[in-house]
Amino acid sequence: MDLFIAIFTGTAIAATPLIFAALGELVVEKSGVLNLGIEGMMLVGAAAAFWAVIAGLPMPVAILAGALAGAAASLLFGVLALTFLTNQYAAGLALAIFGSGVSAFLGRGFGSAPIDALKRIHIPLLSDIPVIGPMFFRFDPMVYFAILMFFVISWFLYRTKSGLILRTIGESPETSHAIGYPVIRIRYLAVLFGGLMAGLAGAYLSVAYTPLWVENMTAGKGWISLALVVFATWRPLRILLGAWLFGGMTILQLQGQALGLAVPSELLSALPYLATIIVLVIISQNRQTLSLHFPASLAKPFRPAT
Amino acid sequence: MLYRIEQRPEPSASMRIAAPIIATALTIAVGSAMFAGLGYDPVSTLQAFFITPISSLNGLSELLLKASPLILIACGLAVGFRANVWNIGAEGQLIIGAIAACGVGLFYPNPESPILLPLMFVAGAAAGMAWAAIPAFLRARLNTNEILVTLMMTYIATLFLSWLVHGPWRDPAGFNYPQTALLPAAAMFEPFDYAYRVNSSVFITVVAVVLMWLFTDRSFLGYKMKVSGAAPHAARYAGFRESSAVWTGLLAGGAAAGIAGMAEVAGPLGQLSPQISPGYGFAAIIVAFIGRLNAFGIVLGGLLMSLLFLGGETVQMNLGLSSSLTRIFQGILLFFLLATDFFIFYRFRRVPEHA
Amino acid sequence: MIPRLELRNITKSYPGIVANDDISMSIMPGKIHAVLGENGAGKSTLMKIIYGVAQADSGEIWCDGKRIEAHNPASSRALGIEMVYQHFALFESVTVVENIALSVSSTFDLKTLARQITHLSNRYGMPIDPHRRVLDLSVGERQRVEIVRCLLQAPKLLILDEPTSVLAPQAVGKLFETLRQLAAEGCSIVYISHKLDEVQELCDSATVLRNGKVTGSAKPKETTSLELARMMVGSKLPEMRVVPSVPSARPVLEVRGLTSPARDKYGVALKNVSFEVHGGEIVGLAGVSGNGQADLIALLSGERRHADASVVRIDGKAAGHLNASERRGLGMAFVPEERLGRGAVPPHTLWENAVLTANRRGGLVRHGMVDRGKAAGFARDIIERFKVKANGPSSSAQSLSGGNLQKFIVGREIALKPKLFLVSQPTWGVDVGAAAFIRQNILDLSRAGSAVLVVSEELDELFEICDRLLVICQGQVSPPLIRTKTNREEVGLLMTGADRGNDIEERSEVAVQN
Repeated sequence: MDLFIAIFTGTAIAATPLIFAALGELVVEKSGVLNLGIEGMMLVGAAAAFWAVIAGLPMPVAILAGALAGAAASLLFGVLALTFLTNQYAAGLALAIFGSGVSAFLGRGFGSAPIDALKRIHIPLLSDIPVIGPMFFRFDPMVYFAILMFFVISWFLYRTKSGLILRTIGESPETSHAIGYPVIRIRYLAVLFGGLMAGLAGAYLSVAYTPLWVENMTAGKGWISLALVVFATWRPLRILLGAWLFGGMTILQLQGQALGLAVPSELLSALPYLATIIVLVIISQNRQTLSLHFPASLAKPFRPAT
Repeated sequence: MLYRIEQRPEPSASMRIAAPIIATALTIAVGSAMFAGLGYDPVSTLQAFFITPISSLNGLSELLLKASPLILIACGLAVGFRANVWNIGAEGQLIIGAIAACGVGLFYPNPESPILLPLMFVAGAAAGMAWAAIPAFLRARLNTNEILVTLMMTYIATLFLSWLVHGPWRDPAGFNYPQTALLPAAAMFEPFDYAYRVNSSVFITVVAVVLMWLFTDRSFLGYKMKVSGAAPHAARYAGFRESSAVWTGLLAGGAAAGIAGMAEVAGPLGQLSPQISPGYGFAAIIVAFIGRLNAFGIVLGGLLMSLLFLGGETVQMNLGLSSSLTRIFQGILLFFLLATDFFIFYRFRRVPEHA
Repeated sequence: MIPRLELRNITKSYPGIVANDDISMSIMPGKIHAVLGENGAGKSTLMKIIYGVAQADSGEIWCDGKRIEAHNPASSRALGIEMVYQHFALFESVTVVENIALSVSSTFDLKTLARQITHLSNRYGMPIDPHRRVLDLSVGERQRVEIVRCLLQAPKLLILDEPTSVLAPQAVGKLFETLRQLAAEGCSIVYISHKLDEVQELCDSATVLRNGKVTGSAKPKETTSLELARMMVGSKLPEMRVVPSVPSARPVLEVRGLTSPARDKYGVALKNVSFEVHGGEIVGLAGVSGNGQADLIALLSGERRHADASVVRIDGKAAGHLNASERRGLGMAFVPEERLGRGAVPPHTLWENAVLTANRRGGLVRHGMVDRGKAAGFARDIIERFKVKANGPSSSAQSLSGGNLQKFIVGREIALKPKLFLVSQPTWGVDVGAAAFIRQNILDLSRAGSAVLVVSEELDELFEICDRLLVICQGQVSPPLIRTKTNREEVGLLMTGADRGNDIEERSEVAVQN
């Protein structure tokens, strides 16, 4: 039973950065922009938050610093992709490489000591319920915040006019422009939001999940988040489910290593990547579903005619 | 007077040449500002970064040594990029190529055979292609995004290498270090001069550049791939198969990266260890873009990128600055390059104050 | 009386062309005013300037006696100016009511808005179901959505850009009733068209444009068609030389029982399509756009392949399973409706675009290598023979005007001396002179023995050059009609599918009443 609870809670925690990053990217892609640079934004966010903690700033400020750093990084991509109409694949890759460099540079003085992680909160009364308590009510606040963001983004995309505007820009920026919406400005906002969320994801990794500084500590989580958006066929609920699936995979692999299974640890470590490929293949088979929610203008440069 | 950005009727030929120069100048300017901000003298730091590394024969040898795999891989990748086939897993293909080549070098029954090196070459190329064939098959037949698959396979390749050198291939006489035994002499490229590390494998790169130029600029297959990349509907209209562009693009990248991996183990490395590439596979993506996906540009881009690698190492040794500066410079350079490219197709035009 | 809208000396230029040159006109409240001109005369640019999508370089716009400055579509709507685009500004992935909600500024209350849409659309005799997704609507229904969207704003000025180009002749009458009702209620209407008969039937006044300049103003009802046409086209009207056709004994293109699902969510399924085209004749395919033309032409050109090879035969050989390049090997050539991005690669040079289809039959590729010199020569020949205005074979496709690029593409395909020539919308957006030139070349090709299939939404064009006519409606193709023995009314009825009793218009009325 304890093992089960450990796997369950471990899954929820491991899924949290993926949920942040993938929900952020979902909003970006729904607006028709493809930012491949999540890995870079997460790393920058992770480094900024870690730095803030070392500098003695309070935890909420540190997490905010991570989010803002992610947003600042996304702005570089935004200027290239939205103002200079650069190939979005190239601009995203540039951001991924740049972000990993900047974070490594920032992190050169962080040392290898762990920091005091973000505190878990025991919700009064509820957390004392046997089994249920430890399973659901003893997480750090960011785990709950990630789930709250899922509800907020679902509501925003499908229940508000702004969400409708965002989605329709993703279908056809030409039409949105023709009926008078500021396409570029809205896409900038979406890209910034994506950066904010990726920064949060990175901050969570460095100040809550690990919590220590390792160069390139995201280890592909940014890319997995990107895969999650495809996996989810651009729907928020499936992002949540997908993130838990991958979180579970990570935890099972760690548990497997801890239990000393007679399998090379490298093979276990490779499982999440292997699973990503397999899931992508399966999802790609249903072209109908893919095309139904796919933002038709994704990654196509747009410049309003004057 | 107001300025307005408008599309040029024809892409500007002079801007095409000026853009990379402007981008490099801007990168250096930002770099100086960054050094100054960090409290270093920008002039001497820039000198350490860009001049010192190539002011000796050994430096030039190192420049070529690092530029060679970058240019080789970028040539292979650019073939695919031209057709919008996004192989970003060259790092993984390089690792697999290196593993296969090293395997042949270590376990071929006759360690003095003159065909050992050619066999390793074939093994490296074939292994890189095989590793790239998986995403090619998934994209061509099963409609799966190759960006994510090639990247995931890079992580898998890294872990596979780590398992090999920690486990079955570890050199029993290696003091428990995670590395294989050294390759026999017949499995190594001969250096031009034993004082320097650069070796005859640079000729492979020279041949690759020429082949790449012939392929992309002159061959019909290269033409078809260019059409696929620029206008997929036109490719279908003309009856060019999309799947052939996917296969050609990924296999070219895989082969180039595999050969680069082979040349690394059979050259400067001489054995496998967990870290065999300082990110050549990723940096080559930047090289391909800096070179604007054409052969001549890639040669210049590769030399520049190699200089950035060397510069990073030099400032780390001489000034104690982090070598991660290299990646920052790479990123900034690519940012500026992409941004200045905009002015090949657009220009500022003065318009009268609003009439 | 103050004009509802007044334009004073509007000028607008794009790199290389002056789209609008010193244009002035005025429209009174409650009047229907035509802006008449050939494709490329500058009508659409002018409308974009009025609506605020584009800004004039110089000139003034006045609305109800007030000058409008630096406006955009949102501020235009605030002034009561609404616009129905020729290519609709609708999002396919969302519903009618969501589409409309995007352009009304009221609170985001879809339920109330849906009720208003139902009410208003019924009142003006154009019922639509607010909860259907736009991608499931026919083109005619989409136009209703556009018009209802404008009407919800109680506009003072309504701009319609070529509204009848997507309608069957019978639906045009219905649209005119709605417009007259609107005008009677005091709304001014700007009606953009190149169709003289419609303008004469509907409009109170007209401004005629040619090459971006005003060439005349008229009261269409008191002016003869000939006079209006002269203003539109200039003094000389091109004439067509039509020689009687001598069809070959054996068909060059045979389509037998072609059935195929829609290619994607925007496509139309084809049901048991059969027809043939003989050498020496031109067969026209008429139809309201969006009835399966795109799917059919893709299946004929080889851009889409069919599992059953025998459904399409080219020159007697089963070709349904072949791709476009293989079908070209059998003697097919094809001009698609999209020039940029399909018929030509926009950033590539003209010689490179020559290689696109002339690689084998034009001999531009040898031993797997592109023969650049030969390709340049081939492109130069086309530029000369087809009077393409371009700076030689090295200019990029995207630098050419629409008409010149079309001449290049048509020329490239004709230069291959095809046995079978497929051409879709040959003269869309092409000026009169170029259109006549292209039609004449198609005619000459056919009379030299090629089999030609022309897909067009312009009935005039089809009646001008075709020997036989087919009509496509909801993926079904009618039996062939002999051009000299049929008329517009018969073709029009077939276009609406009225003879089959499964009219789209009727179905949607039922849906709304439920």
